[in-house]
Amino acid sequence: MNRRNFLKQSAFTTAGTMLIPHFLKAYESQMLGMGPAPTGKILVVVQLSGGNDGLNTVIPYRNDIYYRERPTIAIRPDKVLQLNDEIGLHPAMGPLKALYDEGLLTVINNVGYPNPDRSHFRSMDIWQTASDSDKYVNTGWVGRYLDAACAGKAQQPYRTIEVDDTLSLAMKGSELNGLAVLDPKKLYNQTRSSLVTGLSKERVQNHDAHEPESVSYLYKTLAETVSSADYVYEKVSRTSQPISSVPAGTVLTTYPNNELGNRLKTVSKLIQAGVDTSVYYVSISGFDTHINQPGQQERLLGQYAESVGAFMADLKIAGRQNDVMMMTFSEFGRRVKQNASNGTDHGTANNVFLIGGGLPARRVLNEAPNLTKLTDGDLTYSVDFRQIYATLLHDYLGADDVAILGRKFDGVKIV
Amino acid sequence: MDKLTRQQQTRHLFARAAFGATPAELTEADQKSLRKVVRQLFRDSEAVTELRVVEPEQNETKQQLKGMVRDGQLDKDMLKERIRENAEKVRDLNLLWIDRMATGKGALREKMALFWHGHFACRAQGRNPLLMQQYANTLRQNALGKFGDLLMAVSKEPAMLQFLNNQQNRKNAPNENFAREVMELFTLGRGNYSEHDIKEAARAFTGWQFTPEGQFVFRERVHDEGEKTIFGKTGPFKGEDVIAMLLENRQTARFVTAKIYRFFVNENEDKKRVDELADQFYKSGYDITGLMEQIFSADWFYDPKNIGAHIKSPVELLAGLRHTLGVQFDQPQPQIFVQRTLGQLLFYPPNVAGWPGGKNWIDSSSLLFRMQLPNYVLKAADVLVRPKEDGDVNTQLLARKGNAKFRTTVNWADFEKAFINTPDAGLTNALAETLLPFPLRPDQKTVLESQLKPGQTRPERIHTLTAAIMSLPEYQLT
Repeated sequence: MNRRNFLKQSAFTTAGTMLIPHFLKAYESQMLGMGPAPTGKILVVVQLSGGNDGLNTVIPYRNDIYYRERPTIAIRPDKVLQLNDEIGLHPAMGPLKALYDEGLLTVINNVGYPNPDRSHFRSMDIWQTASDSDKYVNTGWVGRYLDAACAGKAQQPYRTIEVDDTLSLAMKGSELNGLAVLDPKKLYNQTRSSLVTGLSKERVQNHDAHEPESVSYLYKTLAETVSSADYVYEKVSRTSQPISSVPAGTVLTTYPNNELGNRLKTVSKLIQAGVDTSVYYVSISGFDTHINQPGQQERLLGQYAESVGAFMADLKIAGRQNDVMMMTFSEFGRRVKQNASNGTDHGTANNVFLIGGGLPARRVLNEAPNLTKLTDGDLTYSVDFRQIYATLLHDYLGADDVAILGRKFDGVKIV
Repeated sequence: MDKLTRQQQTRHLFARAAFGATPAELTEADQKSLRKVVRQLFRDSEAVTELRVVEPEQNETKQQLKGMVRDGQLDKDMLKERIRENAEKVRDLNLLWIDRMATGKGALREKMALFWHGHFACRAQGRNPLLMQQYANTLRQNALGKFGDLLMAVSKEPAMLQFLNNQQNRKNAPNENFAREVMELFTLGRGNYSEHDIKEAARAFTGWQFTPEGQFVFRERVHDEGEKTIFGKTGPFKGEDVIAMLLENRQTARFVTAKIYRFFVNENEDKKRVDELADQFYKSGYDITGLMEQIFSADWFYDPKNIGAHIKSPVELLAGLRHTLGVQFDQPQPQIFVQRTLGQLLFYPPNVAGWPGGKNWIDSSSLLFRMQLPNYVLKAADVLVRPKEDGDVNTQLLARKGNAKFRTTVNWADFEKAFINTPDAGLTNALAETLLPFPLRPDQKTVLESQLKPGQTRPERIHTLTAAIMSLPEYQLT
């Protein structure tokens, strides 16, 4: 579909969603809503911004080079939560170790891409757009998934949700952008001002077929935002009232009171409310540990592990554990050799975690980092991150990975 | 839309060639011929006043500061404080530039420099404010001169050499980043050079370095003096020779003109028109003023299809709003907050390709924030939004607290004066004509007027209606 047709069609459909009575909306969602993804699966992406030090997260606790290169920040072998006889988790990650023991965690080592870039913003761009490191792309991989999921159907930004106030590049498609929602009620209220509702109504009545494309685009975005905010808030407020719907004897999960905990709690609430969303995106920051890394990373990894532990426990109670997979990544790992300030500088390849999703976990998928075969003092990647994206898109979400990623990447054997 | 009225033409000119106009500026301009108004814009931009937040001789790099700690001149706390002060100066530079854009004096030059900031995208590295200050002033100084001078000057800017890793580009150990971006992003565009050209050009650029004081220096001992073959020519080329070859290539004129057209005229390129402009640009020896004057004087520039076709960038939105209403911010942080939230922070473009612009600016959250912005700026409404942290410790300072404290002074008196003779019934339309690219639809007018409260005085009515009009999706366009 070319852009003009697309705009015509979406102007029509969005004009519809804003004013049609509820019974028609129900009809519409029966016709169009087919569950989150064709496979009924949900993906939750957790981004650790700042470049998490992978070597102190998944620790090669039998490797002399690791201890030699990191005399003051290495994690002592007896503290490590062992995964196998080579590697183990940071001691602050108890809840993650528990998930591993349950068979829910898969660790993928040495994930990166060719010609790595050590700048935060650039490397994050590369991960979010899934581009080659020498190309600049203005759409994100989740956004392009949304484009594909909504092609020829109703334009529903809420099919991919970022739990935040602003939208990451990862969530921007070429035809449609995902929805940023930190708090469904707050977003709903923002779209309920008399000006916004007045304009939306006026717009539907006086839509000018000859108006400039720029005007159509803004009003299309506004209409989609209003109807998405309405949809999400309605779903959440409808389900969150009756406590009686919780089976007797269930212990409600307590989330740790930190940013990631709060955001994952929102994701869980949206999933349990039956919101038609197949990809959620959440990020936390602070991993840029150039100075005094140990305390800072311990605190952050602790928050991460506790929040993820609570999230998975919550989903288990809700019986949704097998429908939801979480992927955790960071834009790069850090140098093998520590610096002079008890920290680490920007590096390249890193580990990725996959959790849940109802798959037989492979636990530790591939070889531990090879510290004798470094590239310019950094780990050498063996898995391209886009291989993981391709697998998640194709095998897990049932989407056309080649169309979304621009070419074929060999899958990794996780699904 | 039918053919433009004269007032619409003036409005369009100021919207594109500057950061919009005040009602008084519009009225004054309408007394003169359009051609004269265009000339006046260029004349007003002839003088350049430097942006200055740091004196070159007082600037200390992080390395120099660390040296002072080693020599015992500074203790650790003093070092921390000095590094913080340096980072704060990049922020001050950002705000100073926004101020210049917003005052309207020399607005065409500032608008052009903003375009070049996206074209020659360079991001503050580390915390050396002097390098960014020099870079910004080089863009502003050369914004309306010859493109060749601008290209040479900005390519030799320490900030750019650092950003594109040319310090690491040495004889026998070439780094191709600089050579690649000079061709791909500054001059020819993708597909107009070979990988071999880049490899060889990188060798020619070896030795282009800078001193700790922030001065360009050609270091002969790291320069590769051997023969290179670039674009089919062979010789012991240096960096300057490569720049000359790029300027000789007509494709550079085509590439740059097309980008200017998309920024200043219409995102959808008119191929024939761009070809004509590029031809002229090339023949003029890349005279930027000549090219821009040709554009702003052309009948087709005022074609209805170009009106409101441009989505304002966050900086254009902020500077424009400030200019129209004479807004001053009491605290520095909110303007940084607006830039960060909406995705355009001066001196921090997302990558070497600059800000993608156009509809990339707009998504559900950025649109709602933009529609709420007038309430923050004009009514000090509570801010409920928080921008993302990018995880880089170097930009943490820019993410500080104080985001939500919008305290501003608005020059309502001057703005109100322009509508003193407007009858009450015509007030909404009169305001819209100065603030929006399109006339209001009757029902839109009704929605806007529903924001008024009974018993409001005329100034209060003007404030309410202005904030409401600036909240329209159409206000995002120009």
